[in-house]
Amino acid sequence: MTVAGAPPAEAPWRRLSPRMLLVHPVQEVVRAAPALLGLLIAGSNNGHGNLWALAGVAIAIGAGTLRWFTTRFRITPEQIQVRRGLLRRQLRAVSRDRVRTVDVSANPLQRLLGLARVTVGTGRSDRNSDGGLRLDGLDVAEAGGLRDTLLHDRPLPADADGAPASPAGTTPGGALAEAAAALTRPAPKETEIARLRPAWLRYAPFTLSGIVTVGAIAGFALNAANDAHLDPRRVGPLGDLGDALAAMPAAGLVVAVLAAIVIVVVLFSTGGYVLAFWGYRLTRHSGGTLHVTRGLLSTRATTIEERRLRGVELSEPLLLRWAGGARCVAIATGLRVGRGAERGGSLLFPPGPRGEARRVAAEVLRTGDPLTAPLTPHGPRATRRRFTRALSAGVAIVAAVVVLAAVAHWPTWVWAVSAAILPAAAALAADRARSLGHAVTATALVTRVGSLVRRRAMLTREGIIGVTLQRSFFQRRAGLTTLTATTAAGRQAYAVPDVPDAEALAVCDTAMPGLLDPFRAGAAS
Amino acid sequence: MSAPAADLRPPRHRVSPRAVRYWTARAAGGWAAVLVAQVVWLALSSSGRSWHVLALVATLVLAVAHVTVMPRWRYAVHRWETAPGAVYTQSGWFDQERRIAPIARIQTVDTERGPLEQIFGLSNVTVTTASAAGALEIKGLDREVADRLVDELTAATQTDAEDAT
Repeated sequence: MTVAGAPPAEAPWRRLSPRMLLVHPVQEVVRAAPALLGLLIAGSNNGHGNLWALAGVAIAIGAGTLRWFTTRFRITPEQIQVRRGLLRRQLRAVSRDRVRTVDVSANPLQRLLGLARVTVGTGRSDRNSDGGLRLDGLDVAEAGGLRDTLLHDRPLPADADGAPASPAGTTPGGALAEAAAALTRPAPKETEIARLRPAWLRYAPFTLSGIVTVGAIAGFALNAANDAHLDPRRVGPLGDLGDALAAMPAAGLVVAVLAAIVIVVVLFSTGGYVLAFWGYRLTRHSGGTLHVTRGLLSTRATTIEERRLRGVELSEPLLLRWAGGARCVAIATGLRVGRGAERGGSLLFPPGPRGEARRVAAEVLRTGDPLTAPLTPHGPRATRRRFTRALSAGVAIVAAVVVLAAVAHWPTWVWAVSAAILPAAAALAADRARSLGHAVTATALVTRVGSLVRRRAMLTREGIIGVTLQRSFFQRRAGLTTLTATTAAGRQAYAVPDVPDAEALAVCDTAMPGLLDPFRAGAAS
Repeated sequence: MSAPAADLRPPRHRVSPRAVRYWTARAAGGWAAVLVAQVVWLALSSSGRSWHVLALVATLVLAVAHVTVMPRWRYAVHRWETAPGAVYTQSGWFDQERRIAPIARIQTVDTERGPLEQIFGLSNVTVTTASAAGALEIKGLDREVADRLVDELTAATQTDAEDAT
């Protein structure tokens, strides 16, 4: 791109793509749509509704147009600077050696116009707004070039911090050599690790992502109907449907409703899967980055620096596990894992065949050991704790239902049904106990936890920056410890729950040799 | 996994003995608020007093038990130690935890004193690492000890120029 290599000291200010003049106003109008609708409805009482709404649209379009005129950015050798605002001028600057991730995404409108949005992440993983910045949007080619500039052609001091996971050649002397090499380096070579196969769609219904969508739509529809004083029973087809359902016998009704829910959830889950993961591709660049591209209408390209990678997490939600599937997320500094991990950009592998997920994880980690290493089970005392916890919670729920039923004179079948919680709780406890396991390989700490979502976290040993040994009152009586490895990446802490005390110390010793030695009984200090 | 090694011992140093009084005062304050609320409730209500009195007595028993047991138990547990390569803390009472962080991974060392802690001449020291879940807290230190510890740790971290993530 234009600023490849060494840009001049006074880099010129640049604007976003002029085509954004078409996108920003539309975005502003869409964002203001609820308010505009409100204006239209509120104004319809005095006959000026259309006028007010029109004025609102004009303001929104004006604001959208202004955004392009007031936003400028430039890339200096040290910083990325973005200037915006008309009345309240803002200048945001991000140091280039703090750049951890660069995301390139595009919504359908932007794709139509050949535009993309660039989001620069700085990896303050302990904050929600991570001090990164966003350029919305640039020409697709320019966005790609910007990403390569920011991630691959780094300024000199960037690599001097000697991050533990950095590849060889980043020693102070090596940094100079590397910088020299950067000038003559050929265009980054890209090798493909995985790409979506249409057959993986069969895993989509098991992701249950549709439930959220269906719930949101149903909630919105009910809310809207309520606001409009609309009785769903009076709407023609819905009313007929209601009548038809009312005429059915109870058992048939339950089956029909369940079947309808299952079909709708499957349809929405599959639709959501296609929208989010179509065109998924995971590649490794010779410049030391991993690229994840995906999306049907809105596309998204995430770049993860390998020197920021601290491990991989293989997660198997229960249904997906039954279907033989799994997904992978990256454990990297500056990438949050957790709720909306897919949105957070740490996704490495969408829900797909387990074997393929394992292969991708091994490929990303550059070693298969953490995936194949046999896991040490946590033993009978850990199993007993799983049962105690699950069953005591189940008993508490059943007891509460029994008391409530007695007070409120509920029919007897209510608490009889609630008793079904107990076997379910026992099954959950058994599966949770079976999931527990850990291992320390030559490169990583591996821990597997969970039943409803079983996760196998493979954290590189260099990525561990502290150890927590938790022992609750009951754990002390059982002689168990929950060992937690803290890290700057992903979930920030990865637990090995309920291992025998001696085993917890042994794991620490293997994963972080020497750390505990000064604090041993009898150690000279 | 490896050859069986000696057990981990607790950290060497206790926190300030004044911390016991501070924890007692803090817990008593919290319970006092609950008890006052219950007395007001009792005074305002006209019927069903026996239940209210029972609740009040139960609260009182719990409060006395908590205020007498918790601070002493906590004092027995709360400990800290620094070695040339690492910081080691132990905290909690009913549930306990030990934290160990290599000096090389320390990012910041802070002290903090709340108003009540100032009255008792106490300081908290927080040692943060790059992990949002990895901070080590030493609560209830003597102020001079805390200041010395901060100086010592700050000096130790400065000699290390690693990225710490």
